[in-house]
Amino acid sequence: MTLHQPAADPAHDVVPDDELPPEDLGADDAATGASVTRQGMSTIWRFAKLHPAPFGLSLLGGVLWAAIVVAASYSLGWVTNEVITPAFDGGISTARIWAAVALMVGIGLARGASVVVRRWFGAVTEARMQVSLRKDVVDRLLTMRLSEYRDRPTGELLSHADNDVNAATQMLLPLPWSMGVVALIGFSLASLFSADWVFGLTAVLLFPSLTALSRYFTNRVHGPMARVQERLGVVSSIAHESFDGALVVKTMGLEQHEVERFGGAAANLRDEVVGVARINSTFQPLITLLPNLGIVVLLLAGAWRIDQGAATPGELVQAVALFGWLALPMRIVGFLFESIPRSVVSIARIDDLLALPVDPAAEGDGTGAHLPDGPLGLSFDDVHYSFGSGQPPVLDGVSFDVAPGETVALVGSTDSGKSTLVNLIGRLDEPTAGSLVLGGVGVSALDPAELRQAVSLVFQESYLFAEPVADNVLMGRDVPDGTLDRVLDRARATRFVDALPDGRDTVLGERGVTLSGGQRQRVALARALAGGPRVLVLDDATSAVDPTIEAEILSGLRSEGATMLVVAHRLSTILLADRVVHLSGGKVRGVGTHEELLADPDYAALVTAYEAEPTQLDEAEPTQLDEAEPTQLDEPDGGAA
Amino acid sequence: MNVGPALPDDELDGPEEGALTVLRRGIAQTPELKRGLFVSVLFALMVAGGNLVIPIAIQQILDKGVSSGDPDWSFVVKTCVGAAVAMVLLAGLNKFLYQRLMRTAATVIYSLRVRTFAHVHELSIRHHGESRRGVLVARVTSDLETLAQFASWGAVSWVVNATMIVTALSVMAVYSWQLAVVVAVVLVPIFPILKLVQKRQLRAYDGLRTRVAETLTAISETVGGIRVVRGYGQVPRARGQLDGAIDSQYRSQLVARFFFAIMFPISDVFSGLALAAVVGVGVWQGPGWGLEAGTLVACLFLANLVVTPMAEIGEILDQTQTALAGWRKVLNLLAEPVEVIDPATPTAVPHGSLEVRLEGVGYSYVPGHPVLHDVDLVLPAGINVAVVGETGSGKTTMAKLLARLADPTEGRITVAGIDLRDATRADRTRAVRLVPQDGFLFDATLRENLQLGAEATGSAVTDDEIRDAVRALDLDDWLAGLPEGLDTPVGERGEALSVGERQLVALVRAQLADPGLLILDEATSAVDPETERALADALAKLAHGRTTVSIAHRLSTAEAADRVVVVDAGRIVQVGSHAELVAEGGVYGRLYESWLGNTRAA
Repeated sequence: MTLHQPAADPAHDVVPDDELPPEDLGADDAATGASVTRQGMSTIWRFAKLHPAPFGLSLLGGVLWAAIVVAASYSLGWVTNEVITPAFDGGISTARIWAAVALMVGIGLARGASVVVRRWFGAVTEARMQVSLRKDVVDRLLTMRLSEYRDRPTGELLSHADNDVNAATQMLLPLPWSMGVVALIGFSLASLFSADWVFGLTAVLLFPSLTALSRYFTNRVHGPMARVQERLGVVSSIAHESFDGALVVKTMGLEQHEVERFGGAAANLRDEVVGVARINSTFQPLITLLPNLGIVVLLLAGAWRIDQGAATPGELVQAVALFGWLALPMRIVGFLFESIPRSVVSIARIDDLLALPVDPAAEGDGTGAHLPDGPLGLSFDDVHYSFGSGQPPVLDGVSFDVAPGETVALVGSTDSGKSTLVNLIGRLDEPTAGSLVLGGVGVSALDPAELRQAVSLVFQESYLFAEPVADNVLMGRDVPDGTLDRVLDRARATRFVDALPDGRDTVLGERGVTLSGGQRQRVALARALAGGPRVLVLDDATSAVDPTIEAEILSGLRSEGATMLVVAHRLSTILLADRVVHLSGGKVRGVGTHEELLADPDYAALVTAYEAEPTQLDEAEPTQLDEAEPTQLDEPDGGAA
Repeated sequence: MNVGPALPDDELDGPEEGALTVLRRGIAQTPELKRGLFVSVLFALMVAGGNLVIPIAIQQILDKGVSSGDPDWSFVVKTCVGAAVAMVLLAGLNKFLYQRLMRTAATVIYSLRVRTFAHVHELSIRHHGESRRGVLVARVTSDLETLAQFASWGAVSWVVNATMIVTALSVMAVYSWQLAVVVAVVLVPIFPILKLVQKRQLRAYDGLRTRVAETLTAISETVGGIRVVRGYGQVPRARGQLDGAIDSQYRSQLVARFFFAIMFPISDVFSGLALAAVVGVGVWQGPGWGLEAGTLVACLFLANLVVTPMAEIGEILDQTQTALAGWRKVLNLLAEPVEVIDPATPTAVPHGSLEVRLEGVGYSYVPGHPVLHDVDLVLPAGINVAVVGETGSGKTTMAKLLARLADPTEGRITVAGIDLRDATRADRTRAVRLVPQDGFLFDATLRENLQLGAEATGSAVTDDEIRDAVRALDLDDWLAGLPEGLDTPVGERGEALSVGERQLVALVRAQLADPGLLILDEATSAVDPETERALADALAKLAHGRTTVSIAHRLSTAEAADRVVVVDAGRIVQVGSHAELVAEGGVYGRLYESWLGNTRAA
């Protein structure tokens, strides 16, 4: 095979895509050398121990393949000597012809079967390993401390479950292939030497030169190929930026300017691609030429040895057949070694994640304390919190009580620590010092499941899942019939939810179904209410809801007797509370009614600033006002669709 | 595993086009391809020739060199040297042609990439929705990359392997046409079988890609909503869902891998069959046909030279499919008609503030789903209008039509009596300026961003002009307060600046352009009070002496406007001054009530 292979995939002619690691240059630069190989071996060993049966079978398939390739060359030699030559020298028995035919077919079938075994069990090992790793990663994402999420962007966490798992296991396909190839080298040399020492010697001379050549060009092409990737990255980021800003490009008439900018980057990419092609155009013909020249030498040597009577034409044919395979081995093994550093780096990243401690509050084990019946009070006792030692405190000795059934507004500027406080109530985070007590029981002693049944948190960024609205609200919880109707109604969401294409079964985010900020908040509120919470904590959870509707919702909730802690940014919200807790710089600055607190100029200034905040018109849904009138029987149609 | 999640792709795929249709469309789009094709064939012939040297040499030496038992040494040496020289020469030619080929391929991809990019910017906002953005980027990157990879390998492989098959069979036919026929007959079924497996494999991989995307979506949702998951005790449920997704990905992966496992070995089996046929028929009938032992051995090697390229074609079928799909997507994008085109006989737009008329204007992003209906509106020159309405009422679309980011699907829009479609792009960009909400800036310095603004209108912008514009909007203090003044880098998308500051930059850009019609899409996100004040002042100064249409999100803007236009469900439902509309009630009255609801509580 003398076909040229592209730089991006240098062994395409002999190796199917999937048995090659994805080309990724540069990633492996960080980790090289013997230690990486050792780590790679231990990673392989770890995989092998987890799924020994398919792993072992895939290796067996690889070695079997090598044996069959060599056997095939023997059979070619045998056919030449014992069937073809005698047939032309005077004829042979029909039985022998059939034997030769059966041999050829059998060899073909066996070789195919060995490849199937190698690939299938390699794939099974890879897939099972991925499942194991992926489930471990996902489990850790679900149970690690939420504070770990703070420094890790979503993309990074996702890549642990996706790219890292793929990269960690990617060597599992080339591995049996490489094993087979190494075995092939051994078998071939043995077979060549056993046929004739001159044939063996020719192979031994050819083999290292191929390896050296391959190494040389791999090194030379490495830099340019990394640059191709870089330049592709530039092209891609210009496209991203330019299409992101399409509106600006259009309004300012910058089309030509952008095309020139992009064209420049694309031209750079083209030049680099051509550069790589130039290197390859030398390498590829050479790598094919060398074994072929080797065969010519072999033919010369063969003629000489046959003349001496030391070898037969059949042995020469066999040797030629084996030489055809010699260009292949080193490249395949090379791919394995290229994929190892990436695997090692990825498995290390996964292990780092898996090493993170599990948050005991993530799931209950049923051993925690239980809550008393009836309305629950909530108290904070000298609660401290900071993001890490040495960091300034976010909460600095916060103490206050919320009586059972009371509604308390939590007010403070952006950095006052309100959201941290909310997280602590739901035990999404642990205080650095001090304690929270719910219904007379310390929050950290409570069974987490029971805590979450009793307390519902609603966040400002109302996160909805790409599921039907009903699932978003009920979340698979065991609730009485009619709950969905009740809570949607309570959150003033019935009207717009029923107007969605499939009503409550509408999958959010599908077919462009989107809800406005206020609508999302109302669905999130319905979700909180569906669990029948005894304590409701709203973290600015109605900020995008029309104030009139918000007032209705909140007074409705209040009348039900739930204890409420409401982080408020609006005067109208504050006024609905029995008492106000004014938080400033992580400390409680004042507690009292709104009127009482107005005496504090800081509080007055804060509240005045809220008042001045612009109201957004988009959220106002005029028809919702009609809905608020219980006496109105015929609702006007259309309007807020 | 190499399967990434499928890119969001809302392209409505038409009927699957055959490879030849795509190829024909592709060549029509990129004529350079023809030349590339010619070079490929030449190249392929060289490669095929190189591959044939060895079997021929074996035949010659076995038959004439050593078979007699008394080797003809000068013949053996001559044959070997001849073969070596031929291979070296062919390798040299190979290098040359390969370079040519790759250069052509790279050039074709380059020009296609740039043309596609340019085309995307020519397309109207209909194509630029939030959800389409990823798709458009994919067209000029990953879709073209699949094509580039195919060009540098698969395409060449097709030609080379096809040539190999033909030449190997031809040489075999010279030795023995009967054996050539036997080999051809035995090998023919390999194609339908490979194609069948390939088809199943492709479907399986499609399924896998979908599962991978589903798993990733599920994980990313869980990660994004982790506080909800944890706060609502949903960990076990989420674990169940995610494990379910992972297991179903595993099952899909095994199905796909099954086809991968059986695909390549098919050619091993056929290679066995072909060799068996050559040996069987050759030994049985060969002597009668006048064959010699060496010729038969050469035919064995030649049979392998037929099987291997067939297997290779089998291997690249799937790469070919991917590349064709990518190519088809790119070609379809290029075939999207450009709606907003410059007029053949333009009319000049006068300087100064412009009178604006909308006459029976309607617009639908998707045919049959109009977002604006029959909008009639006359705005006298110099007026300050606020357009209000709910999200999705159509007010933003109206603003975009005014700037001709798309043409109305019904009716027409005129400025100073000139249909927007009759003005050149340069004229329009100068006379009509939309200041969008997002205040997008390019990743460069502030100066470069401001210069861009006016570069398009033909003249270079000096620092003095920039300072004048800044002064005119009373923003000197703000500019002075920036760490490096005009040299301040604004970061990706301008994110080194605050939202409010980005809006200020957009206003300075507009001031530099000095338009007669200013369209402001008011930002919804809140900015700090100081910037808010600067913005309001600058806006008032910028609006002065121009026709101004503000897509208002705040009632204060509406209150200050000369006239308020209320849009509801794609129609204008009320027009009048703020006071008039409050008295009138209706939609505006209720909007106003709800606004008051907040402040009255104090």
